[in-house]
Amino acid sequence: MDLSFLTDPSVLLAVGALTLLALTFGALLGYASLRFRVEGNPLVEQVDALLPQTQCGQCGHPGCRPYAEAIVNGEAINKCPPGGERTIAALADLLEVEPQPLDGEHSQEQIPRVAVIREDECIGCTKCIQACPVDAILGAARQMHTVIESECTGCDLCVDPCPVDCIDMKPIEIGISQWHWDKPERAGIIASDRLPATGGDQP
Amino acid sequence: MSGIPDLVTELIQDFHGGIHPPDNKAQSLTRPIRHAGLPEALTLPLQQHLGQPAVTDVAVGERVLKGQLLAAARDRDSVPVHAPTSGHIAAIAQQAVPHPSGMNDWCLTLIPDGLEQWRERRPLADYRQHSPEALLERIREAGIAGLGGAGFATERKLRSTAGHSIATLILNGAECEPYISADQALMQERAGEILAGLAILAFIVRPGECLIAIEDNKPQGIKAMKQALQEILESGAWPLECPVRVQVIPTRYPSGGEKQLIQILTGQQVPQGALPADIGVLCQNVATAAAIYRALVRDEPMISRIVTLTGAALGDPGNREVLLGTPVAWLLEQAGQDVGRTLRLIQGGPLMGFPLPSTQVPVIKTSNCLIAATAEEMPPPPPAQACIRCGHCEQVCPMELLPQQLLWFSQADEHEKAQSHNLFDCIECGACAYVCPSHIPLVQHYRHSKGAIRRQHAEQLSADRARQRFEQRQARLEREKAEKAARREARARARQQRQQQAAEKPVAASTTTAPPEETGATAATGVDTAALTQRRDQASAKLEQLQQRLDKAREEAPESAPQLERALAKHRQRLEAAERKLAGAGGAGDHTTVQTSQREPTQ
Repeated sequence: MDLSFLTDPSVLLAVGALTLLALTFGALLGYASLRFRVEGNPLVEQVDALLPQTQCGQCGHPGCRPYAEAIVNGEAINKCPPGGERTIAALADLLEVEPQPLDGEHSQEQIPRVAVIREDECIGCTKCIQACPVDAILGAARQMHTVIESECTGCDLCVDPCPVDCIDMKPIEIGISQWHWDKPERAGIIASDRLPATGGDQP
Repeated sequence: MSGIPDLVTELIQDFHGGIHPPDNKAQSLTRPIRHAGLPEALTLPLQQHLGQPAVTDVAVGERVLKGQLLAAARDRDSVPVHAPTSGHIAAIAQQAVPHPSGMNDWCLTLIPDGLEQWRERRPLADYRQHSPEALLERIREAGIAGLGGAGFATERKLRSTAGHSIATLILNGAECEPYISADQALMQERAGEILAGLAILAFIVRPGECLIAIEDNKPQGIKAMKQALQEILESGAWPLECPVRVQVIPTRYPSGGEKQLIQILTGQQVPQGALPADIGVLCQNVATAAAIYRALVRDEPMISRIVTLTGAALGDPGNREVLLGTPVAWLLEQAGQDVGRTLRLIQGGPLMGFPLPSTQVPVIKTSNCLIAATAEEMPPPPPAQACIRCGHCEQVCPMELLPQQLLWFSQADEHEKAQSHNLFDCIECGACAYVCPSHIPLVQHYRHSKGAIRRQHAEQLSADRARQRFEQRQARLEREKAEKAARREARARARQQRQQQAAEKPVAASTTTAPPEETGATAATGVDTAALTQRRDQASAKLEQLQQRLDKAREEAPESAPQLERALAKHRQRLEAAERKLAGAGGAGDHTTVQTSQREPTQ
């Protein structure tokens, strides 16, 4: 076999040029991977943004962010009862997977609630304060505690630790300032189809 | 018609779309404005405007004077409430209010005493002696909210002009919605008050020119305003340099919409998300101008308004000057309502108004019109049918939106897409629903979508806040843990140091009669072994002596327990003495003592 072409200066030049290019771009890429490194997983941030931030732990994780990390690592997206169908749909959309119904053991979708302490029964043990994931309970030892309603996520975590059972979870009532118009009924293909068959008097 | 020359020469640009519904204003304009009188009780909601509700400033049972402040503004967007007459406060409770939700809201109930006793009044003899800032504060204190419909705080709107030079001040007398004739009646009868209010507004904002815009279907209103303006200009009473004129505009719904009116008069469109002030325009309703005049020149806060009572079910329709808080039922009875023929009771116009949930609701600052309509007049809407994509809605939309597209998104709950198709530019004028051949309640779809988006937005905000609080709590717990660990480490280090120091001063330790148990225990902690062995050697002699004594004591123990006890006590005393000395020399800690005293008898 004739290998004399290897000594051909034009071949050497080509090999040399390509090697040089490979080294240059390799160095560039190596530098870029260090210089523009993304801290953390951006997908976790996106998933976390879609979760309702109740921090209730019903998914089996200690908070919304750990669940977001678990989802990115392949956990099912249907374990969030406070988020309900809307969160599942949003997650399915983001992760491009099929939306699933809410997981059976994670009960049914929850209506938004807020914790209320029956204040005259509170003994001031601070157990609920330690349990609250968002620091929404105010109080001190042997002093009455109370919930900051606007900050309460309705996670239930304060209910169990209370030794005198003085915490109620109350559904949030829609006041006049939060009210908005209902969705009108969707029109049928033939509107009169939906009218009750009372006979005669309908056109 | 007298207005036609103006139209041809001066109309600069037209807005897109619009409709021509029958105006139905004549029936309420047959008689002049009448005073509605004093009902038995007035119900004053704390929220009669856009923004936060006012905060009560009176107690139940308190006697109040006419014009007295009853509820103060909570923030800059909020508007105070005043007593429409003298009397006493009977209740502060949740009551029915004119709101499409039909929900109750907080209201003050005022039982009039019929004396009409005013609080102390401080009318401004000449407002020009005061700074615009002082005038704005007075407007705010007088509780004036825009009377055109939305009820935005007037002072707030005037302040939006700060930092902008206002080229055009528009006084909106278009009143384009059918049935409503309150502004027209006001222009016909109280043109002077309106112009005086306009002068004050112009004094505050210093516009390049003032325009009074009136639709050409109100010839009497135009005539009255022109005449009053002529008189003022001729008498030299117009206080300002800027030109002012009455501008007649063609009748077309919704020309009275702020953005539409600005486009008609200036040819400019208010950019999305911007205020009219950003393009150098300020728009105020004619009734608001009259209210400003009353508030400043007569020191009369906003305690009454003109309400159009109309509809075929009323025997005596017309415009009434009504105290705020007057029950609707009482007004309708005065106007000869035929309850049996009333099919629908609407507050506002037929296009933008809403059905009242009950007749027990009061008149508030934004109640411009009450329509008691019969079945022939406003038959129940036929059932909505499917959209046939005729495109009429797009033709009439004054905001140049795509109503049909918005409907699809709204129906499918794709609110984000609706938003990206400028849903929030919709002024809810109802022109699209008016022309829809399928009778689709389009505006209700849009209102629903807007509400859903606002709620989603609020939920997102609270979720973000919860996340922040959660993360901060986690960070705090971590920090506390780290601090605790650091403290523990610092304590351990301090102990080590103390022991080292103690070891470096063996003289101090040896001179004491430290028992061997002590040193042995200290050695067990395994600190400075070299120093400790030295100490042990020094104390070994003592140890032997003690050992012997202990053995003797053990032999005697069965018979003489007290002796043993005494010996032990003696040992302990010695130990304690030794410890004190050791501690003084930076010696060992507490736990060593415990260990030694426990070990002692076994040796």
